[in-house]
Amino acid sequence: MNYSSYIALIPLLPLASFVLLGLFGRKYFKNFSGIIGCAVLLVSTVLALYAAYNYFFVNGKVNGVYQTIIPIKYVWLVFSEKASIDMGIILDPISVMMLVIVTFVSLMVHIFSIGYMKGEERFSTYYSFLSLFTFSMLGLVVASNLFQIYIFWELVGVSSYLLIGFYYDRPSAVAASKKAFIVTRFADLGFLIGVLILGFQAETLDFNTMIQRLTDTSSPQLLAIASTSFLGISLLTWALTLVFIGGAGKSAMFPLHIWLPDAMEGPTPVSALIHAATMVVAGVYLVARLFPLFHINQASLTVVTFVGLLSAFLAAIIACTQTDIKRVLAYSTMSQIGYMMFALGVSGYGGEFGLGYTASMFHLFTHAFFKSLLFLGAGVVIHFIHSNEMKDMGGLRKYLPVANWTFLIACLAIAGIPPLSGFFSKEEILLAAYQSNKLVYGVALFTSGLTAFYMFRLYFSIFWNKNAEVHNPHGEASFSMKMPLIILAVCSALAGFIPFGKYISSDRTVLESHFDPMFSIAPVAFGAIGILLATWMYKNENGKSERVSQTLGGFYKAAYKKFYIDEAYLFITKKIIFNLIGKPASWIDRNIVDGTMNGIAWTTGRISTLIKGVQSGRVQSYALYFFGGIVCLVIIFLYLWK
Amino acid sequence: MSDVPMSHILFVSTALFFIGMYGLFTRRNMITMLMAIELILNSVNINFVVFNKYLYPDKLDGIFFTIFIITIAAAEAAVAIAIIINLYRSHRSIDVENASEMKY
Amino acid sequence: MSASAIIFYIISAFILGAGILAMTTRKIFRSAIWLLFSLIGVAALYFWLQVEFIAAVQIVVYVGGIVVLIIFSIFLTQQSGVEMPKQSGKRILFSALAVLFGFGLTFLQIWKYNFQPTAKNFNWTVSKIGSQMLSTTTGGYALPFEVVSMLLLAAMIGCIVIAMKAPSATNGKAKEEEIEKLNQEPKEEIIITEISEV
Repeated sequence: MNYSSYIALIPLLPLASFVLLGLFGRKYFKNFSGIIGCAVLLVSTVLALYAAYNYFFVNGKVNGVYQTIIPIKYVWLVFSEKASIDMGIILDPISVMMLVIVTFVSLMVHIFSIGYMKGEERFSTYYSFLSLFTFSMLGLVVASNLFQIYIFWELVGVSSYLLIGFYYDRPSAVAASKKAFIVTRFADLGFLIGVLILGFQAETLDFNTMIQRLTDTSSPQLLAIASTSFLGISLLTWALTLVFIGGAGKSAMFPLHIWLPDAMEGPTPVSALIHAATMVVAGVYLVARLFPLFHINQASLTVVTFVGLLSAFLAAIIACTQTDIKRVLAYSTMSQIGYMMFALGVSGYGGEFGLGYTASMFHLFTHAFFKSLLFLGAGVVIHFIHSNEMKDMGGLRKYLPVANWTFLIACLAIAGIPPLSGFFSKEEILLAAYQSNKLVYGVALFTSGLTAFYMFRLYFSIFWNKNAEVHNPHGEASFSMKMPLIILAVCSALAGFIPFGKYISSDRTVLESHFDPMFSIAPVAFGAIGILLATWMYKNENGKSERVSQTLGGFYKAAYKKFYIDEAYLFITKKIIFNLIGKPASWIDRNIVDGTMNGIAWTTGRISTLIKGVQSGRVQSYALYFFGGIVCLVIIFLYLWK
Repeated sequence: MSDVPMSHILFVSTALFFIGMYGLFTRRNMITMLMAIELILNSVNINFVVFNKYLYPDKLDGIFFTIFIITIAAAEAAVAIAIIINLYRSHRSIDVENASEMKY
Repeated sequence: MSASAIIFYIISAFILGAGILAMTTRKIFRSAIWLLFSLIGVAALYFWLQVEFIAAVQIVVYVGGIVVLIIFSIFLTQQSGVEMPKQSGKRILFSALAVLFGFGLTFLQIWKYNFQPTAKNFNWTVSKIGSQMLSTTTGGYALPFEVVSMLLLAAMIGCIVIAMKAPSATNGKAKEEEIEKLNQEPKEEIIITEISEV
């Protein structure tokens, strides 16, 4: 079957569901909206899997190279002959992979939410927002040009805003949604400028044409963009760095990560979908999409590497100290995305050197499964205990057996213990780092140990540690909540065995992954040390963790306070921007702009009060004025105007 | 006839016009205002006739204007009196000072 | 000074005197009578000017029509003999000043222009007036004649419409009110009986 006949349905079905549930959901399908949303998304998922099967196994490959297929292209806004904004669908290995991930994880979250959100007043609104998000994310993934990706980028931001602020009666949720929106919007400003520079210099917005033009060393466009410089840095570096800032904002990279922990105010399934598996990897996806351009510009790639590394490392440290389980997971997400970013950063192009690219995409793929599993597991726990704080939990393994086992699988996967999926992807990333930069490798190795430590700290604090104090135990969860956990656990366990290099590589040929058991020793050892340390400290209720934190003193406190980055932002905005720019601007607005307007209105009012007596309603006075006017005119015309 | 200069006749018409004007300004009763207007129209008529007779004796246009003005004055008086009576019905008075609703 | 001139000055004095009195007397009925005299004086002036046709029209229309109409309306709206309210002194002063100034200005222009009558004789006949009034050639007044006749018709209809008491509206309302009253009374009775039964 031809792609164009069904591929557009994958994003459009969730859109239809959004419109249907958004307009009529509250009135007509109050109780079925979950089922409608799931059914629609199931169709999308099946179509996406079918498309992936077709692409990877039937007709995607020509002469051993995966082709870029554009089944649908529609010229939308034509500005001039050269510049137009199109709407299209692009199919290449990464977009097809993302289609599968997004639809699959979204389906899991939809199913999970039936149980989790049951009895919620705005149940159908919740599902319509979920559908909107799924539509925007799918549109982003298949976007065939830079401007389309920007449009869906913003739509994703809006739906994320809506879902974070879903409990709009909580002030903290409202503040968190505003924060997420403003921070990502600020980053998107950079993205927009980058899009405009690239579009202007390459004279196209289309990905294929742009990459073709700018990577061809003899093309006039490359010459123009590389030779023009601004502040001593070439325009291409500027453009790519600005685009990366947009990606960093969405992917919660340091220092634009501050919105992600707060975004955990949203419903937990939403966190699983948006803030773990799909939206936050959009930045990684964007860099991967423009990877040929990043590759020819090493400066911007270096920025990507070190921002990714720093984020991975800082987030891992902060995650060790947080007590809100969702925040731990949020920082863990940030750390893993940092991994993906620096994997892209250290990657070369083509053949052996493209290992980082493959590794990054592989990690994105596996991370989607185990991180959404972790969030959904946390959702079950929160549903059960009605709290996010670790101190309210402990010993829950008797009450929540399914959540316990699936959570354990996910933790082992993220810690990189063989043979679970995280082991394979993380090992590839570390291998790529080892081949290109030893410093990056060292930090990454240490971070992977930290990852294992904080994940098992989380696991033990929830399911072991002290004895449970559950006052009115009800059943673990409904079947609709358990089923996604089991499916995702199976995926997290087995996804690593997919020979990923065969399907996704930087130059789209086959990348043979050579598995080296000797190399794996170090990461696994670090992971095992982390786990053992966590077991020693947290498995039973003993004062060891408190003692350790007291020993670390100031460093622990700084990490607990997230290295005071939020406070720094507040200082900059409140003290500097508000005082130096906001206050004078408001003074000018109140006194000069408003004053001018009020003055004009006041003068007009005074004048009309003064002269309204003329309109007395007395006809004879009018006649007298009239006569006086005529006499004046006569005098003027006869004597004065000669 | 020729020993009365034309300006004397015009003096009469001008004076009549301004007498009417004075009445229009000072009279508060609407019927007397209507009378003032009649006086003004009459002074204009005198002018038409005099100019026709002394300046353009071989034409009749002044006469015609006079006739038409008299006709229109009659129609105008009829309409004005209808309005006055209507006003009297609604206000119980025909004083212009009382009919001053149309002010600021 | 010839007899004709003397007659002219007498007529003039009569017109202006009657006019001034008509505009200043405070009894409305007297004012109307002075107006009548003034208009008769104007008719006399037309006779003196030897345009007897206009003089006749003046007497028929003004004296016989308009003044009678005015007197009728005075009787409809006013008790005769009641003095009219006095105008404020300020208004009188300003009006008089404005009028005197306007008169001076206008007459100054007339005086300076110094109209000189032509020597030719003014000869007109009623038949000449009639034929030119109805002629459709150049200089004919058939079109204005028709227009004025339309105007008269419009004025007549307008007068009737304005002065007419809207009988249907007022009567209808009154009737409705009566009907409502009739309807309300039995209802009240029914309510009272129901309450008493309970």
